[in-house]
Amino acid sequence: MYLLRLALASLNNRRFTALLTVFAIALSVCLLLAVERVRTEARASFASTISGTDLIVGTRSGSVNLLLYSVFRIGNATNNIRWESFEHFAEHPRVSWAIPISLGDSHRGYRVMGTSSAYFDHYRYGRKQPLQLAQGRPFAEDPFEVVLGAEVAEALKYTLDDQLVLAHGVATVSLVKHDDKPFRVVGILKRTGTPVDRTLHINLAGMEALHIDWQNGMPARGAARIDAEQARQLDLQPKQITAFMLGLNSKIATFTLQREINGYRGEPLLAILPGVALQELWSLMGTAEQALFVVSLFVVLTGLIGMLTAILTSLNERRREMAILRSVGARPWHIAGLLVVEAFSLALAGALFGLLLLYVAIAVAQGPLQSHYGLYLPLALPSAYEWSLLAGILLAGLLMGCVPAWRAYRQSLADGLSIRL
Amino acid sequence: MTASLLELHQLGFAWPGQAELLDIPSFTLAPNQSLFLKGPSGSGKTTLLGLIGGVQKAQRGTVQLLGTDLAALSAGARDRFRVDHTGYIFQQFNLLPFLSVAENVGLPCHFSWTRAERARQRHGSVAQAAASLLQHLGLPKSLLERRAEALSIGQQQRVAAARALIGQPELVIADEPTSALDADSREAFLQLLFAECREAGSSLLFVSHDQSLAPLFDRSLSLADLNHAARAPEL
Repeated sequence: MYLLRLALASLNNRRFTALLTVFAIALSVCLLLAVERVRTEARASFASTISGTDLIVGTRSGSVNLLLYSVFRIGNATNNIRWESFEHFAEHPRVSWAIPISLGDSHRGYRVMGTSSAYFDHYRYGRKQPLQLAQGRPFAEDPFEVVLGAEVAEALKYTLDDQLVLAHGVATVSLVKHDDKPFRVVGILKRTGTPVDRTLHINLAGMEALHIDWQNGMPARGAARIDAEQARQLDLQPKQITAFMLGLNSKIATFTLQREINGYRGEPLLAILPGVALQELWSLMGTAEQALFVVSLFVVLTGLIGMLTAILTSLNERRREMAILRSVGARPWHIAGLLVVEAFSLALAGALFGLLLLYVAIAVAQGPLQSHYGLYLPLALPSAYEWSLLAGILLAGLLMGCVPAWRAYRQSLADGLSIRL
Repeated sequence: MTASLLELHQLGFAWPGQAELLDIPSFTLAPNQSLFLKGPSGSGKTTLLGLIGGVQKAQRGTVQLLGTDLAALSAGARDRFRVDHTGYIFQQFNLLPFLSVAENVGLPCHFSWTRAERARQRHGSVAQAAASLLQHLGLPKSLLERRAEALSIGQQQRVAAARALIGQPELVIADEPTSALDADSREAFLQLLFAECREAGSSLLFVSHDQSLAPLFDRSLSLADLNHAARAPEL
């Protein structure tokens, strides 16, 4: 089509403005697609944080709160639950497996979780993937063994057999350290992209040993102190834990058991379905996510309005160009078409360049995003939804082009063939 | 069908809210004729050319080009009819600066199938027709692929003439094409224009205020004699 040739030649003549316009559109398109992709992937990775677990049980509080501290290692439990309660439900005929969780200590900002070997056997994330060890083995009978999440090991540069000291409490800078009872690294987990990567796993017995000589929330002093060797000889059966996860023999029993746990007479307990709680939590963040999406839509609109402005301001200086075209036989609709083609070309170039920017950005940011935020952005072809977003942007560009097209149409009818200087 | 190429009859025109600018009882232009039409600026020359081009519409009377009444055609058909049969040269800034010289010359052939076809029949292709015309008008081949804005004014006007002549339109309308040229190149330009018009079989309607050029033409007229509308008092 000759109009396209003319439009491109004319654009090339104004290439500085044209390039700036394309760049503005490209940046906005890139932003929109990046937000969209992060949104989709964040939701997916969020939903796959935990799987295969039918119920999470903790002390009675809110379901989101329970999910946050038991799965995401965010916040704290309001109270502990008794070991007897755990045993009661772990031995329940409908329960297939149970994982106890004991929280409260940390190591250089990373949370420590006391659990049992059932954790390595039954905990699942993503698409029912089990935890895998990159090196070493799960902790065994000795209470002072620790298995590190992938990120902990990488960030703090720990390898097998390193000794580390846990800190009491979960603050990054802790004043009270369990430095009399060092732990030995026996295993490092493979990366999961979930909070497991940021966790140090120890035996429940180890957790108990750390606090065995504590009184009234303070470490014992002087002769009352019990060192690691002495602790190994003691009965390290925990008396309380923070929460536990249950896997049932049959999913059908989930609601029955949930009701049973919630009505447990021994102490106030709360059982939640992880999927439902995840949904609830996501809907809380959904507003922010929506807002981000709307903001990036407006950025695209701004980019397109920039293009509209650039074309409209060029119209006046291009009256001569239009009149020349009219004198060689271009009809007014040709002139209008020329401007629509021009706007569409700019939008198309912007969209393609934006897509390119997106892939470059993903390629660059993929590693850091994965290690810092556990967010995996695939370098995949645009999804159907992303294509439809791009199509929407092109359509908007086309519609925007109709404004200068209409003005040029009117102008060229009024100017005719005479060229005003 | 009349023997004349262009025929104006009882033509009257006024811009909205203004006194009648043109009142031309009769005017004809024969095929293969060159006509000098003298008119000072503000005399309604441009308006008359607009009427002949079918860009403006007369309030009364008819404009017939090749026996066709322009007023009887739709706006689109008028545009098509104009480019099929008329080539234009303006005073200055005739070319699209961002296209090559050759492309500028070929422009009408993209909008008129008739002229593209004639160019092809005579020269084989539009590009060859453009090259041949430019050569006849004395432009070196090396300029063909140059951007139009790189040329001097005199060269640009010759490119504009080649563009008006490509595909042999029956009528070439020139609106002060020489006013930006100096006296020597003016006459040289005209001689080339005449030769090419003869070659293409086109009539030339040449509008200018420069009476000194009039003797070179087959016929010479003054718009003031032609136009019976009352003169504006300040002129």
